[in-house]
Amino acid sequence: MMQGALDTAGPFAQHIAGLFWTFVAVTAVVYLVVMGFLIHALRRRSRAAAGEAPADTAKSLRVIGGAVIATAVVLVGLALSDFFAGRALARPPADAMRVQITAHQWWWEIEYPDANPSLRIRTANELHIPVGKPVALELISDDVIHSFWVPSLNGKRDLIPGYANSLALQASRPGVYQGKCAEFCGLQHAQMNVTVHAEDPQRFATWQASQRRPAPDPADAVAARGRDIFMNSTCAQCHAVQGTDAGATLGPDLTHVASRSTLAAGALPNNPQAMASWIRNPPAIKPGTRMPASQLSGDELAAVVTWLGSLR
Amino acid sequence: MTPLEATWNDRPGLMGWLATTDHKRVAQRYIVTTLVFFALAGLMAAVMRAQLAQPDNHLVGPDRYDQLFSMHGTAMMFLFAVPVMEAVALYLIPLMVGTRNVAFPRLNAYGYWLFLFGGLMSFTVFFLNIGPEAGWFSYVPLAGPQYSPGKRQDFYAQLVTFTEVAALIGAIQIIVTAFKMRTPGMTLARMPLFVWAMVATAFMILFAMPSVMLATTFLITDRMVSTQFYNPAEGGDALLWQHLFWFFGHPEVYIIFVPALGMISEILPTFARRKVVGYAALVIALVTISFLSFGLWVHHMFVTGLPPLGMSFFTAASIMIALPTGLQIFCWIATLATGARVTFATPFLFVIGFFFIFVIGGLTGIMLGASTLDQQLHDSYFVVAHLHYVLIGGAVFPLFGAFYFWFPKLTGRLLSERAGRWNFWLFFIGFNVAFFPMHILGLEGMPRRIYTYSEASGWQGLNLLSTLGALTIAASMLVFGVNVLRSWRRGQAAPDNPWRASGLEWATSSPPPSYNFAELPTVASRTPLWDADFPPATVTGLPEKVRSALVTHVHDAEPDHVEILPGPSVWPFLAAIATTLMFIGTVFTPWALPIGSIPIAITLIGWFWPSADEAETLREIEVPPPEHAGASPEAAA
Repeated sequence: MMQGALDTAGPFAQHIAGLFWTFVAVTAVVYLVVMGFLIHALRRRSRAAAGEAPADTAKSLRVIGGAVIATAVVLVGLALSDFFAGRALARPPADAMRVQITAHQWWWEIEYPDANPSLRIRTANELHIPVGKPVALELISDDVIHSFWVPSLNGKRDLIPGYANSLALQASRPGVYQGKCAEFCGLQHAQMNVTVHAEDPQRFATWQASQRRPAPDPADAVAARGRDIFMNSTCAQCHAVQGTDAGATLGPDLTHVASRSTLAAGALPNNPQAMASWIRNPPAIKPGTRMPASQLSGDELAAVVTWLGSLR
Repeated sequence: MTPLEATWNDRPGLMGWLATTDHKRVAQRYIVTTLVFFALAGLMAAVMRAQLAQPDNHLVGPDRYDQLFSMHGTAMMFLFAVPVMEAVALYLIPLMVGTRNVAFPRLNAYGYWLFLFGGLMSFTVFFLNIGPEAGWFSYVPLAGPQYSPGKRQDFYAQLVTFTEVAALIGAIQIIVTAFKMRTPGMTLARMPLFVWAMVATAFMILFAMPSVMLATTFLITDRMVSTQFYNPAEGGDALLWQHLFWFFGHPEVYIIFVPALGMISEILPTFARRKVVGYAALVIALVTISFLSFGLWVHHMFVTGLPPLGMSFFTAASIMIALPTGLQIFCWIATLATGARVTFATPFLFVIGFFFIFVIGGLTGIMLGASTLDQQLHDSYFVVAHLHYVLIGGAVFPLFGAFYFWFPKLTGRLLSERAGRWNFWLFFIGFNVAFFPMHILGLEGMPRRIYTYSEASGWQGLNLLSTLGALTIAASMLVFGVNVLRSWRRGQAAPDNPWRASGLEWATSSPPPSYNFAELPTVASRTPLWDADFPPATVTGLPEKVRSALVTHVHDAEPDHVEILPGPSVWPFLAAIATTLMFIGTVFTPWALPIGSIPIAITLIGWFWPSADEAETLREIEVPPPEHAGASPEAAA
């Protein structure tokens, strides 16, 4: 699948894409005109002797003056078109849905705040939004500078420690839109992906409701063993699973990890094999990742993967 | 041996080699050193292109890749682009203004040695696998003590210190030599455009470099003695670094680009066989660019969440710089249009390549300078494309043109034209194949500085194409290297003025003698060698038993007094070693600063210690006031 800043799926990206094509059209004409003059100048046969100033210098200067004025007019036009396009996407409306995004080396923590704590949703690397509704992202960073960029929906915005930034998103059609961290943030900058799932409002509401539920009880003995291993090994020191004793926030919240489409910020697809290889040795897949290799035996690992696979 | 040779020639042997203060020998070393660094930094780019040639490649890991792009950028900016322009200027300016050396010859040698040692340190740490890994821009907090442990960023900070001290020394030489040592008759209004461009550049260096030195000093103290300039948790500010860095970093682009404009203004009229159209307009454009370049830095920060009104201001300022740049291009096209039919010799080919490539880079620059449009383009491969169109098209193409143009003056031999055409066409085609696709990759969402990408991204085709273009550039550079090495030894012998150019540097032999001109010519126009009665007069009365130079007034170049220039000395070399020890020492301990300043003080005392022989000679000749010989053609013959 190919996505990008020109394959737009929302009004903000559309504004910028329109602006881009305006700039391309104008600058292409400028380029062709300037190069046309250059080629014409190179092909002309003129016979001025070395060092002698030809009589047409004054005329040349007048033409140059005209070209400078024309350039100024074009530049003012471009600056104004940029200014007005910028005003069109300056701020999301007050009734926009709020989502907090905290960037970490190298994953995105995504939180849907709610006055009622039990209705709060915490997830990672996968942002669900309802189609047609503006979303106001509140962007902060937990460590270094990152930049949130989903080109099909809008431009990018940096997440800077010590600053709170914001960015508006809006999707006009359902789809899964790829995003990446755009500011170099260390070893795994390349594998710090985010996906935006734009869904029609009913599907979004269904997703919201399912995410608000705590993790279900293990369905069988293997899953129950997996949960116990998770709680008693290093896993629970970094990860939270709502409805259990695991409440640490250093790593992604895993309450509904099985509902997500990828693992490790898009480095792997989400399936049991990938999950097992990730838990066994994360640095082998994402060198530099903060998650250490596990000491679990084969069947312990399988049990943990089974339990995590049930957290839908 | 003539008296001038006795006075100006260096002693033979290693000591003579180390002690030389001849601006031509120093500058030639400078140029060769920067070209070696250019080749190394280019090879790093080739490794990066090989890594990105296919998705999920494992040629290099993320840490190595991060070091590669950090070192590529740092070396290209600090160890190649800025110093090579200064080096060319340090060679040419004394010849162009008709004097025998730069204003401060020993300081000049010191600047070169410091630059060399700084460069060697940086490449050494890279090859030891402890090179800086946070990009040439080294944003905090990633480059701060918490996220970049070890010494990598300290080496980065000291590399900046080394090269900035050298750059400031070069800037001072250029300003003083151009302003105070021009031959009589060369008023400011007759100063060659390359010299104007370098004066503008040197002033930009003076005002921009302190900002980055401050930024890296804060960085090194944050890392070494726990200051908290950049730590938001302790009241510091992560964006402070970006403001300080880009207040330097944007002028830096023009510090690289403006000298190239000067080169074009020398080469292009030579081939058009007429005086450049709009000399005054070109000078005004150079000075305007230098001023405006300090008002644009925020366009590197358009996605940091700044207030929209502020961004609109910087959008306007960024876009405005296209005016003086456009003005230059219009003047050159007018020069070609009203000049003689051109011959497409290699220097001129590179100038034409400049037009076709640079104008694309300039136009994409307008897109990036527009704050709204930049929200998408920022930090994507579109920027990688743009900056290479601007820096390679705008600076490296003219620089290669300048190599082909002035190589005969430096070496007495012409570069091969046949190899030159291969060099040009491989470079021109390879460049566009390598960098044009990056515009599209950026629009497709490929961010900068990623060490790999997945197959699902759909970016592999254009990346592979780009890598093929990079290989073509490498082939072109190989042709250039072979051409230089072969022509230097066995090339066609060059006359004094092979291109029938108009500047004073062509009035002396190729290569010039140690004293530059046997008789210092004066000038009566902007294009002295095209004048029928060149030279109108020569400067007489300068003592020949000591290294002397005529100092003239800034504006009208009327003779002021005779300056005795210091002779060769090995002390600048030793002082550079002492300084190097201190700079590298401060990577490891702050105590290196007080302790390391002791050897520096000792070497500086040696540097300035008066020599009894020299004092004796000066007493003997009783340096007379200078004479500006009357404008008699006999004096010239």
